Amino acid sequence: MAEETIALSKPVGDSVAYTTCYMCACRCGIKVHMKDGALRYIEGNRDHPVNRGVLCAKGSAGIMTALSPARLRKPLKRVGPRGANEFVEIEWDEAMDIATKRLAAIRDSDPNKLAFFTGRDQSQSLTGYFAQMFGTMNYAAHGGFCSVNMAAAGIYSMGGAFWEFGEPDWEYAKIFLLFGVAEDHDSNPIKLGLARLKQRGAKIISINPVRTGYSAVADEFVGITPGTDGLLVFSLIHCLLKQGKIDTQYLVSYTNAHYLVIDAPGSADHGLFARDLQGNPLAFDRTTQQTKSARATDIDPALLGEYRLADGRRARPAFACLAERYISGDYAPEAVAERCGVPAADIHRIAAEIAEVAFNQAVTINQPWTDSNGRRHETMTGRPVAMHGMRGISAHSNGFHTCRAIHILQMLLGAVDTPGSWRYKSPYPKPIPPGPGPAGRERKPDGSLPSLPLGFPKGPEDLLVDAGGEPLRIDRAFSWEAPLGIHGMMHMAISEAHAHPEKIDTLFLFMANMAWNSAMNPGETSRMLADCDESGNYTIPFVIVVDAFASETVAYADLVLPDATYLERYDCISLLDRPIGSAHGPADAIRIPVLPLDRDVRPFQDMLIDLGGRLKLPNFADAAGQPIYKSYADYIVRHERKPGVGPLAGFRGDGTAFGKAPVNPNQLDDYIKNKSFWVHHLPPEQLYFKYANRDYLAGAKAMGLIDSDQQIVLNLYSEIMQKFRLAAQGHGAVQPPERLRHQIDAVMDPLPIWYAPIEESVSQSSPYTLHAITQRPMAMYHSWGSQNVWLRQILSENRLYVHSSLAASHGLDNEDWVRVTSRNGEITCQVRVMDGLNPNTVWTWNAIGKRSGSWGLKEGAPEAKRGFLLNHVLSEYLPADASGQRLSNSDPVTGQAAWFDAMVKIEKVEVASQGTTLPQFPALKSLPGLQFRMQGWLHRGGMNK
Amino acid sequence: MTSLPQPQIGAKKLGLVIDLDTCVGCHACAVNCKEWNTGGHSAPLPDYQPYGVEPDGLWFNRIHSYEAEGGSCGDRTVNFPRSCLHCEEPQCVTVCPTGASYKRAEDGIVLVNADICIGCKLCSWACPYGAREFDENQGVMKKCTLCVDRIYNETLPEAERQPACVLTCPSKARHFGDLNDPASEVSILVALREGQDLMPELGYRPTNKYLPPRKAKIPVSAQPAPTASTAGFGSALLNLVDRVLSR
Amino acid sequence: MTPASSVLLLTTLTGFGYGLLAWLGLFNAAGALPRGQWFGPVVIVVALGFASAGLMASTLHLGRPERAWRAFSQWRSSWLSREGVAAVLTYLPACGFAALWWFWGQDAAATRALGLVSAAFGLVTVGCTAMIYASLIPIRQWHNRHTVPDYLVFAIFSGAVLLAVMQAAWFGHSGTVALVACLAALLALVLKFAYWRFIDRQAPLTTLTSATGVRQAAKMHALDQPHFSQNYILREMGFQLARKHAAKLRKWTYVLAFIAPAIFCALAAMDVAPVVFGVLALVTTGAGLFLERWLFFAEATHTAAIYYGHTI
Ligand SMILES: Nc1nc2c(c(=O)[nH]1)N[C@H]1C(S)=C(S)[C@@H](COP(=O)(O)OP(=O)(O)OC[C@H]3O[C@@H](n4cnc5c(=O)[nH]c(N)nc54)[C@H](O)[C@@H]3O)O[C@H]1N2
Ligand SMILES: Nc1nc2c(c(=O)[nH]1)N[C@H]1C(S)=C(S)[C@@H](COP(=O)(O)OP(=O)(O)OC[C@H]3O[C@@H](n4cnc5c(=O)[nH]c(N)nc54)[C@H](O)[C@@H]3O)O[C@H]1N2
Ligand code: SF4
Ligand code: SF4
Ligand code: SF4
Ligand code: SF4
Ligand code: SF4
Ligand SMILES: [Mo]
Repeated sequence: MAEETIALSKPVGDSVAYTTCYMCACRCGIKVHMKDGALRYIEGNRDHPVNRGVLCAKGSAGIMTALSPARLRKPLKRVGPRGANEFVEIEWDEAMDIATKRLAAIRDSDPNKLAFFTGRDQSQSLTGYFAQMFGTMNYAAHGGFCSVNMAAAGIYSMGGAFWEFGEPDWEYAKIFLLFGVAEDHDSNPIKLGLARLKQRGAKIISINPVRTGYSAVADEFVGITPGTDGLLVFSLIHCLLKQGKIDTQYLVSYTNAHYLVIDAPGSADHGLFARDLQGNPLAFDRTTQQTKSARATDIDPALLGEYRLADGRRARPAFACLAERYISGDYAPEAVAERCGVPAADIHRIAAEIAEVAFNQAVTINQPWTDSNGRRHETMTGRPVAMHGMRGISAHSNGFHTCRAIHILQMLLGAVDTPGSWRYKSPYPKPIPPGPGPAGRERKPDGSLPSLPLGFPKGPEDLLVDAGGEPLRIDRAFSWEAPLGIHGMMHMAISEAHAHPEKIDTLFLFMANMAWNSAMNPGETSRMLADCDESGNYTIPFVIVVDAFASETVAYADLVLPDATYLERYDCISLLDRPIGSAHGPADAIRIPVLPLDRDVRPFQDMLIDLGGRLKLPNFADAAGQPIYKSYADYIVRHERKPGVGPLAGFRGDGTAFGKAPVNPNQLDDYIKNKSFWVHHLPPEQLYFKYANRDYLAGAKAMGLIDSDQQIVLNLYSEIMQKFRLAAQGHGAVQPPERLRHQIDAVMDPLPIWYAPIEESVSQSSPYTLHAITQRPMAMYHSWGSQNVWLRQILSENRLYVHSSLAASHGLDNEDWVRVTSRNGEITCQVRVMDGLNPNTVWTWNAIGKRSGSWGLKEGAPEAKRGFLLNHVLSEYLPADASGQRLSNSDPVTGQAAWFDAMVKIEKVEVASQGTTLPQFPALKSLPGLQFRMQGWLHRGGMNK
Repeated sequence: MTSLPQPQIGAKKLGLVIDLDTCVGCHACAVNCKEWNTGGHSAPLPDYQPYGVEPDGLWFNRIHSYEAEGGSCGDRTVNFPRSCLHCEEPQCVTVCPTGASYKRAEDGIVLVNADICIGCKLCSWACPYGAREFDENQGVMKKCTLCVDRIYNETLPEAERQPACVLTCPSKARHFGDLNDPASEVSILVALREGQDLMPELGYRPTNKYLPPRKAKIPVSAQPAPTASTAGFGSALLNLVDRVLSR
Repeated sequence: MTPASSVLLLTTLTGFGYGLLAWLGLFNAAGALPRGQWFGPVVIVVALGFASAGLMASTLHLGRPERAWRAFSQWRSSWLSREGVAAVLTYLPACGFAALWWFWGQDAAATRALGLVSAAFGLVTVGCTAMIYASLIPIRQWHNRHTVPDYLVFAIFSGAVLLAVMQAAWFGHSGTVALVACLAALLALVLKFAYWRFIDRQAPLTTLTSATGVRQAAKMHALDQPHFSQNYILREMGFQLARKHAAKLRKWTYVLAFIAPAIFCALAAMDVAPVVFGVLALVTTGAGLFLERWLFFAEATHTAAIYYGHTI
């Protein structure tokens, strides 16, 4: 038998299109091959700045999402009771008509009665703008339940943040500390970066209770007890302070470490910076032995000591307050070791390694640059200690302070945006804070809000509270419960809408599965969505859901508006939102329709713009009431937020301009010619020290990224925090309600503090002694992966992972069943035993469990029968206080949902071999038009051979 | 031909080198492999009960994870991608009664000719690594083709003439090349990182190599003895802040 | 290894068939059979019937049975191919044997010689079948010195039982053949005992550290499998038989496959209701050997399963 003849050079397909992946929010560039009108192959775009040609498992499975039987097919109107999944298909005209009438009535009465909550979309600059023009403050996107702790702590400390707004310097870092990251939004860039660090022989330290994924490849795994990172970081700071391993020169040049803090307890400016008459903060100059403007360049500022101000009051440099706090024996490694679950010797060693790299192995690049004070520097020198953190820090009720602690550590080392450290991604850094406070208290005559609903409070006067200090917003953001709730608090939206029926008429949900995996308590949340008052009316009067797939939440809608999927629509990954910029420069991208629509659905942004036109919203309809934009594509090209600043920064004007420049009618074509993205490479002198880099700041201002090119002074000490605290101490007009006064006083500390996660203190002396957390699986994106034939084979079920010692003490073996109980609820599931795990922690993969009948899966699918959500043991509320009030289960500074605070106990249970996880919910009926179909893929025998 | 080809002088020995030190276990290679190959030379790679109660399917590459204890890499979790190793002494080829299973003389790639395979499954029994999977719909055996329809594909740009799994790996844990050429990138990696054969004791002489996990260290000078801490600032810090600072 | 009934049928039925053919040839060459013009050809038809049934069953195992003919091509390297070739070739001497028996009589020198040739071809076919398993390196319970002799002896034993029954049915007594069958049963018993002792003491072929190339680790254990869903490898090679269960089945095998047939054959040899006991011997042998073959698969472990955390 001869060897077969193989077609070695068969063309991949017959056409190629470049667009942006949306199997997750990482925004990789993809090259889509089509063959005979069908998708043949999706690969990474090698020229794309985000993924440079690589693609993750999800991205590689895009074909199967395009063929998913769970795709919605037509607008749906509810005919059965809510939650029963009984709908009739309706035409778009009718659907838009229903929505328009409802929303128009709301806008005429009280625009705040529209609660508009959107998930991890990438059109927040549009949705936020819609809410602004509509005039409702009750708008938020997913940040509140996601990682607002990271965003707020970063933005209020460094004018930039971990999350998607920064990246380690993969080229120069020699030690990399990764705090609580399993996957993150930068999925592919982080993996590329880790590979680069490995290649360069840098050391990776992963601080994480669980040793999987990134932690598996780390050179050192620190199996920390959840919620104690703040202590660990304080202890590292303690060691560095003790050994004098601090970059004092950096501190006085780029932070407010030398600013004098007024020490006058009881007075209204206690803890604020001492200022001169021009408002300049003061420092103590050791040369002249006088207080001088801290911004002056000819001073030798003191960092320790106590000084007298002109008015005779005492003041101390911010650094002195800091040093005094963290040098305390309370933060010695020996003192925190047990609480953190990390041996003291390891803390000492890691501190020594950081110090070694920072101070003996500094990186110098021969690149002259000029600082904001106009001084030329011949080189760029940095401390090659990089850090990154995400939801392991963020999703705790002490996450804001923990994250700030990490930023303080970075600053003390001089490791912010220097060679080898963590770097800002464009469009960051931004001023601290970067923009106006939240809108909501007043409206313009045209009904719109003066600015975006989500903003950045600078003090109590920016809060959205009533005279009694109680929240104005439905989700409690920007109230005394979450003063820096800059992303809103989506996890409170449904329960609070249910609790305050007088405040909300329509709940408009886009792209968030809020009855299921983004609910802290899905059973309760679903119940609330379907709950009725005495007269039989729904407590939440009207629910509109915009989804692309048959999710669990669709079942609770009165009106379902089906969206196109990512290969069928235009999208804009804009600098006004969460762009694809990197440390190397600004960049943005688009998605383009690669596939023709094969069902009666509409891209969401098209329908939102249409809705804006129909509602005659300002800037969506012209003076004559005619819609301004034909479509989203039209909006992307023609919309200007400020003169010359549109959704896309590239190819403006005549096609060669970028940043602030006139509209280019051919902009989309220019993007398509450039493989659907635009990138501007910063010249080398602008690549580091961006907060004080004259040329960078000037360039960013010219591009419209920032309004001022002043130096951005890093906030080692947060005066803004202190302003809220002063209110709690009785100063100022806007006062917290009594029940929260003590909490505000405690948590609005201008320097990072540590307290046990709130749930843990609430559960103290209860049987719930185990921490329960979740991780993102790399091959699944939240709930949407399960409809994907390929991805679901990888994770069609999940298990609860337990440490081998815990397994031994509970007599557990792999696949045994346990009941997991918290103060809030219980689940029954199977276990898997592992060693690489903090012994007091149990964990599982997030969002694998599905409700039977959802996602186009057959009833009895393993996702529903043996998969489970940990969410059933969580609650969006803390137990009621003496007055019966229930605080949200969130970080008290930012309102970040405290997903990872959960405390549980486990017991072994006997379950029959055909057993199912608990709780189980009644199976959802199949949606009309979604009857199970074997998709064409199999009939076509895969693709043509 | 079921008999193994005579080794040719200077013939290529194409294979993969997989770095267990950087593999994060993301399954990207596995899914991209499935995506490429379900439309490639061995198309399709079927899925059974795609939306049903017992989903199942054919994959050329699957990612395991293990926990390792002790030894120079310390306690750690090891992610482990498993696909055909394109062995030099592949019994999967010699047991085949039809000649459907064969090893190419020119580059050592082990393939199945689906047009003559009778689906006796014996080759899958003869593979110690579980690298062959049976297509229940077509009744023939399938396996990793080393992306033979990519690596020589003249319609692709030079840089893309690599296996799909290699190009897609976000952690750069997969490398492709000629292991017969001591100067190739893969051979150098194997030499430098002590690339390992899997189950060498069985004598299949796998072409693919696995780079074992390692551990980066930062040598630090004598560690300060953990001193009992006091609230005082300590001389080190005082000396430091005493220095003249300029803004 | 997951026992597939088609393969179990193949190996047991061909064992009966070729064993029967072998004994017919041998006994006839030795002149130890009663005379009967019909007897030889009928026995040969039965023998080939068993063998053919086995071979047919084995094609059920194929994904593309219509291409089965291709399996003859690779006899230079593949034992499966050789088995096919040998099986087909065996039809020639066997048919010749039957024809000569009929036309030239059972005692003709040519008949006797061709009988021996048929016997040899039959046994060679059984040997090839055995070699398919014995050559599979990844399966330690097969790839060993026991597999080929065991297959041959089991074939000889089952063939002897079958011949004894046929002779008893035809001539009313089964004399030496039954005695031989009894002795073969005892020999098979000893071999099976030795086999089980052997595999129970065998060391695993490999370890997880060797299988993954992480040799510097002291120990490794599986954490997560690639997919929660089933797959071909697990279905085919992931079969795990609990120790307790295996021990019980082994006992049944001893009784059914060897001890009972040995006793029944001994009784038949002593002319105690030879047909009845012959048939009883045949039934227990059939059931017993099927069970034995089931265990041969079920107890076999494949190195690939180590990746899934199985002990091999
Ligand atoms: N236990 C636990 N719970 C958690 C977390 C955790 O770590 N642990 N993490 C939390 C975090 S950080 C987040 S961000 C949330 C995420 O929670 P969700 O935002 O609820 O997550 P998804 O499952 O992504 O749901 C998004 C919805 O968008 C739909 N969708 C997908 N693609 C499209 C599209 O193109 N158009 C439209 N219109 N809809 C689409 C999906 O069908 C789905 O219904 O989960 C939170 N919940
Ligand atoms: N593949 C995939 N990628 C995704 C997503 C997805 O669903 N799938 N979701 C996207 C979204 S919305 C988000 S918000 C990001 C989130 O990305 P990640 O921040 O990676 O989020 P998680 O997976 O929740 O991981 C949190 C990690 O923190 C650890 N951890 C928990 N508690 C603590 C603690 O107290 N201290 C420390 N040090 N670690 C702790 C957990 O073990 C886990 O490894 O991922 C995004 N990317
Ligand atoms: S990380 Fe994966 S899913 Fe997310 S955008 Fe990139 S390729 Fe797509
Ligand atoms: S890995 Fe298995 S299938 Fe691949 S060549 Fe080696 S023996 Fe054959
Ligand atoms: S299954 Fe096909 S390739 Fe494998 S041994 Fe049988 S005929 Fe050969
Ligand atoms: S080389 Fe090609 S066929 Fe083989 S595992 Fe990689 S992608 Fe799959
Ligand atoms: S793509 Fe790379 S990192 Fe991911 S599993 Fe495969 S080899 Fe490992
Ligand atoms: Mo998130």
